[in-house]
Amino acid sequence: MDTNKMHPIIKWVEYRLPIFSFIDHSLGSQYPTPKNLNYWWNFGSLLGLVLVIMIISGITLSMHYTAHVDLAFNSVERIMRDVNYGWLIRYIHMNGASMFFIAVYVHIFRGLYFGSFKAPREILWMIGIFILLAMMASAFMGYVLVWGQMSFWGATVITNLFSAIPLFGDSIVTLLWGGFSVDNPTLNRFFSLHYLFPFVIVGLVVLHIWALHVHGSNNPTGIDVKSDQDTASFHPYFTTKDLFGMGLFMTFFMFFVFYAPNFFGEPDNYIPADAMVTPPHIVPEWYFLPYYAILRAFTGDFLVYQVISLGGFLMDAKLAGVLAMFASILLLLFLPWLDGSKVRSCRFRPIMAMAFWVFFLDCLVLGYIGGKPADGIFIPIGQFATFYYFAHLLLIVPLVSRLERPKSLPESINASVLKAAE
Amino acid sequence: MSDTATPEQGAQVDDKSKRDFLFVSTAAVGTVGTAMAAWPFIDQMNPAADTLALSTTEVDLGPIEVGQSITVVWRGKPVFIRHRTATEIKDAASVKNADLIDPQSDSDRVQKPEWLVMVGICTHLGCIPAGQKAGEKKGDFGGWFCPCHGSHYDVSGRIRKGPAPRNLSIPSYSFLDDTKVKIG
Repeated sequence: MDTNKMHPIIKWVEYRLPIFSFIDHSLGSQYPTPKNLNYWWNFGSLLGLVLVIMIISGITLSMHYTAHVDLAFNSVERIMRDVNYGWLIRYIHMNGASMFFIAVYVHIFRGLYFGSFKAPREILWMIGIFILLAMMASAFMGYVLVWGQMSFWGATVITNLFSAIPLFGDSIVTLLWGGFSVDNPTLNRFFSLHYLFPFVIVGLVVLHIWALHVHGSNNPTGIDVKSDQDTASFHPYFTTKDLFGMGLFMTFFMFFVFYAPNFFGEPDNYIPADAMVTPPHIVPEWYFLPYYAILRAFTGDFLVYQVISLGGFLMDAKLAGVLAMFASILLLLFLPWLDGSKVRSCRFRPIMAMAFWVFFLDCLVLGYIGGKPADGIFIPIGQFATFYYFAHLLLIVPLVSRLERPKSLPESINASVLKAAE
Repeated sequence: MSDTATPEQGAQVDDKSKRDFLFVSTAAVGTVGTAMAAWPFIDQMNPAADTLALSTTEVDLGPIEVGQSITVVWRGKPVFIRHRTATEIKDAASVKNADLIDPQSDSDRVQKPEWLVMVGICTHLGCIPAGQKAGEKKGDFGGWFCPCHGSHYDVSGRIRKGPAPRNLSIPSYSFLDDTKVKIG
């Protein structure tokens, strides 16, 4: 930033706190960005937007919400019926959670396809996984606050996952509950933590962007920036493109808010929580369905369980299911090393590209199975899809990435752009 | 301070072991102190005194007919009380331990064979199994069936099929007289 051209006040501030040059280097004309980024790269800024929307709508909702088992459900209904624009703010917050997960899953699969997780962006990727975990915890606790039937029974099932831990399991569950079942102390602490977690996410996002700015964005070719010809300044080129993407995404978001606000929800959650009646079919929110399918796949006769537990010797099926569910996300932390290819982008790795799409399909199948009752044909399909999920990460990726001979890479980002323009 | 032995200017003092000891012991005391200070902030999450105080429930068994079940609330959880029929008692007793996932004989699960008292919470992930009311699905073993993830329990509340690892748990209870029971 040229200090001579600055307004005297800006100059005065800049001398004491160089915030203007900081912004310019982060999001402005001094941040060189690969010029070939496609629309899949819009989802990072979209996630930032959704995070801000969730924090603003969440703080305003909390001004009307009451975290007590006798009052919580009715206070939400009061927001819907009596509070000025309460219905709008709640529907934004409720659908915002779904938008958050849609955007984050696109963002993650984009990283998988174009190899954004590979060196030197391993830590950037790992921070992203922790952001996903924090998002999941926030979403789960927020869903409980409504105190409907799905809130209550979802909370019961999820907190009971910890009872699978050997020796300390039951004490940990009692500690989480603050009682002998999900009850008022549980609701209170979930409210407190649900308010805290978004700010933890903000902190992680700062680290995520910091790590991103060290080596800059990956790009569809996956090759490194070699000269100024490969880049364009972030402002105005990518600020404009991000704003355009935000316009489209907000249209999609607001369609659900105004025309189908309960599309992603479960009707059972409009029934007040009842500790004495379990709904006949408990399903988590859509964004948790694949993990739920993995959890349920582990029954005593599942072959994968028989193998990893040495025929039931090491652990029971319940613990195996819980471990597998956590492993399905935590394994992604090791992906930069499981994938041994020197080439990042699947554009130049045709076999890996195919494996990627099969894996994507497998995640959709898991999501579908997670929403179905656990009987009949759904059980073996879920078990096979679970097996394939881990086979992809632990067998296919390590082998294909090391054995496949990639196609020849373009000379530079600039060369690939010019070639595409021909 | 005149009688303090001072080393000559520039001489090396060999106090490495003393300094190591001070360093390690200071760090150890600091760590233990921090852990002790953290404990109240963890333990505050455990059940409070008023929660613990609500720990017993008394139930009148008089109105429960043979073959009928009722559900009572104890510590915020459902407790199933079933007045079992003679056939059910015979069925439950005739099962061999070898056929069970969590081997336990029926006589270890009841104080009086006609009264089955147990916590109605599936040992898998905490749902309430169906089978208390007539017309509800009772599972393949005629006892209870958990709709969440498909666990089947028999007429003694023992896990027979599905993902649950343990039998439905038995709360501590005592008969105050022939028709009154105190749970907890």
